[in-house]
Amino acid sequence: MSPDGKASQSGSAAVEAQRVTKIFGGGDDQVVALDDVSVQIGENEFFTLLGPSGCGKTTLLRLIAGFEHPTDGRILLGGEDISPLPPFQRPVNTVFQNYALFPHMTVGGNIGFGLEMLNKSKQEVDDAVTEMLRLVRMEELRNRRTSQLSGGQQQRVALARALAPKPRVLLLDEPLSALDLKLRKEMQIELKRLQNETGITFVFVTHDQEEALTMSDRIAVMKEGAILQIGAPRDIYDHPSDRFVAHFIGETNFLEAELLERKNGAAKVKFPSGAVLPASLPDAPISPGKVSVVVRPEHSRIATTKKDAVLSGTLENVVYFGTDTHFHFRLNDGAQFIVRMQNARDSGDDFTPGQELGIAVEADAVQVLRD
Amino acid sequence: MSTSVPETGATAAQSAERRAVRTRWLLVSPAVVIIGCVGILPLSIILLYSLLEPAEYAGVVWTFSPEAWMGLVLERDIFDDTLGLSSAHLTIYTRSILQALFTTVLTLIFGFPTAYFIATRPAKERNIWLFLVTIPFWTNLLIRTFAIMLIVRDEGLVNHALINIGLIEKPLAILYTDVAVAIGLVYAYLPFMVLPLYASMEKLDFRLVEAGYDLYANRRRVLRRVIVPLVKPGVIAGCILVFIPSIGAYVTPRLLGGGKNMMLGNLIANQFGTSRNWPLGSAMALALMGLVMIALVIYVRNVTAAGQKSHG
Ligand SMILES: Nc1ncnc2c1ncn2[C@@H]1O[C@H](COP(=O)(O)OP(=O)(O)OP(=O)(O)O)[C@@H](O)[C@H]1O
Ligand SMILES: [Mg+2]
Repeated sequence: MSPDGKASQSGSAAVEAQRVTKIFGGGDDQVVALDDVSVQIGENEFFTLLGPSGCGKTTLLRLIAGFEHPTDGRILLGGEDISPLPPFQRPVNTVFQNYALFPHMTVGGNIGFGLEMLNKSKQEVDDAVTEMLRLVRMEELRNRRTSQLSGGQQQRVALARALAPKPRVLLLDEPLSALDLKLRKEMQIELKRLQNETGITFVFVTHDQEEALTMSDRIAVMKEGAILQIGAPRDIYDHPSDRFVAHFIGETNFLEAELLERKNGAAKVKFPSGAVLPASLPDAPISPGKVSVVVRPEHSRIATTKKDAVLSGTLENVVYFGTDTHFHFRLNDGAQFIVRMQNARDSGDDFTPGQELGIAVEADAVQVLRD
Repeated sequence: MSTSVPETGATAAQSAERRAVRTRWLLVSPAVVIIGCVGILPLSIILLYSLLEPAEYAGVVWTFSPEAWMGLVLERDIFDDTLGLSSAHLTIYTRSILQALFTTVLTLIFGFPTAYFIATRPAKERNIWLFLVTIPFWTNLLIRTFAIMLIVRDEGLVNHALINIGLIEKPLAILYTDVAVAIGLVYAYLPFMVLPLYASMEKLDFRLVEAGYDLYANRRRVLRRVIVPLVKPGVIAGCILVFIPSIGAYVTPRLLGGGKNMMLGNLIANQFGTSRNWPLGSAMALALMGLVMIALVIYVRNVTAAGQKSHG
């Protein structure tokens, strides 16, 4: 298992999946939706499951919520095995992807539903609904039918409904995917605020890497039913341990290099050009020899001196992006390489396609991938 | 010169509209003819008959009389000609209504889980289950009712089994009782409950059911607070589809109830047969229809109200 920061150190995680496997169907058309997944999610953490469609994100959420049962493994909540509990006995609430608001109830009726089912008094339910409506800033719409709400408003009601019973864990299955870009940005901020104010653990599912990077405390990157890497957004972005993770998150350059024998701790890689640079290693054991490494485009620049140049190639294309410029290179060994540099005031178009140029790479920017 | 252009435009539009109207009438005319011939015309005749006097040997005498409508619930004493409540008719009405209500409730109790079961099967399997539900329709009701007679009669399957396992010693008298009629009605009308229930459950968004479970509602509460309100149109449609035909059922009470446990349908049929009172039969038929209409109006009101609640 990957080292995953604070959760593994603190005694009991808010939610924990222990070697969970989920297989749907049987015989020839069985689908392994989750394959031996282990993860610990800490109290009060904003934890994101990130991965492409069909990688098992929803399945993991549904296992935590209790709508599905693991084929193998256990789900723990606050250190206790909740496997035998049906969904209505788990202190976990879900914000469904399509919101799933009750069409036959008002906004207030929807938000109060959970507390009502917990047999709270009418007064308590009313007060909680009022508080929730204030929290999501929808006080005026209490008696509206849910069918008369806009997408963003429905989204807020769904959030308020799931938060009202003060669950230990809130599960959110791509809650923002149905919103347009502007609303989505607003709701991202809103969600962060709600999580801070309520102190509830959020398990958030998305396939949008930017959303994951901006919102999460930690991210688990998933692929085909397995978790490839868990870490803080910065870790995942700067030090992807896997080709898939590097590819899925942000733009990146893949290079071939040679991992040298380690001398007193620090790893070094040697590029075909002969340049040797320090490199970060993935958490998996890796032996010296041919390796793949990644360098983020913004961690490289066009070399000004011969000494700086780690790589060299032909400039093929220059794309201006306002705040920065992308330089597309064809390296001498045929690989593609993109350099991203911020546009300074005075930087002109000093570089023109066709030029032979050297590329410099920042210190600590080379990440070795496990293979 | 300048005014002629819009004028020709207008006349062209007018004649186009006239043509459209004519086409529309042409298209609806078959329906109008059929509804007129098989609906309005016979109904008018029945209405007319209900306002005439019965002839001695069937048929009607062409003199106006409200007697038939009064005869729905009243009867004239044979000796002194005074009017009194007709206990015979009232018994039959009460029995009909009770039987129909009982049938509706029982088909709902059996039909609801059945429809839910089918609606929660994988899409491929559902058609097979629906097909099984509709199999009884392939056989004539008369034959199916005879089959029930064979099952519930004194030497039938049910009594045989009960005696064999030692629960009873003498056969239970089921055939020719209200119980037999009730069994027959529930059996005959169960599909009419299952199908509309299924239709509305199939449209039910099961994520709402999950949302209910997620928000701490147990099975009973999810059923009461989420599923039932959402499939209410199907429940009402099923109840009406069962209640209406079972209140006027003819074959089932006739065969399974023997002569003693008559229902409205049999009573009406009798007026045109042995009782030779066509006007009374007509009045009863119309009264029953009126009842059905009222039920339908209530249904439509309910459904549109529910629709408005959830849509606009
Ligand atoms: N009830 C089910 N029966 C059979 N297969 C299922 C079922 N639910 C999910 N799967 C399969 O399990 C795999 C993982 O599905 P899951 O819904 O968890 O993916 P996801 O990561 O949420 O994808 P998306 O981003 O598209 O929502 C998929 O291959 C899917 O087809
Ligand atoms: Mg999903």
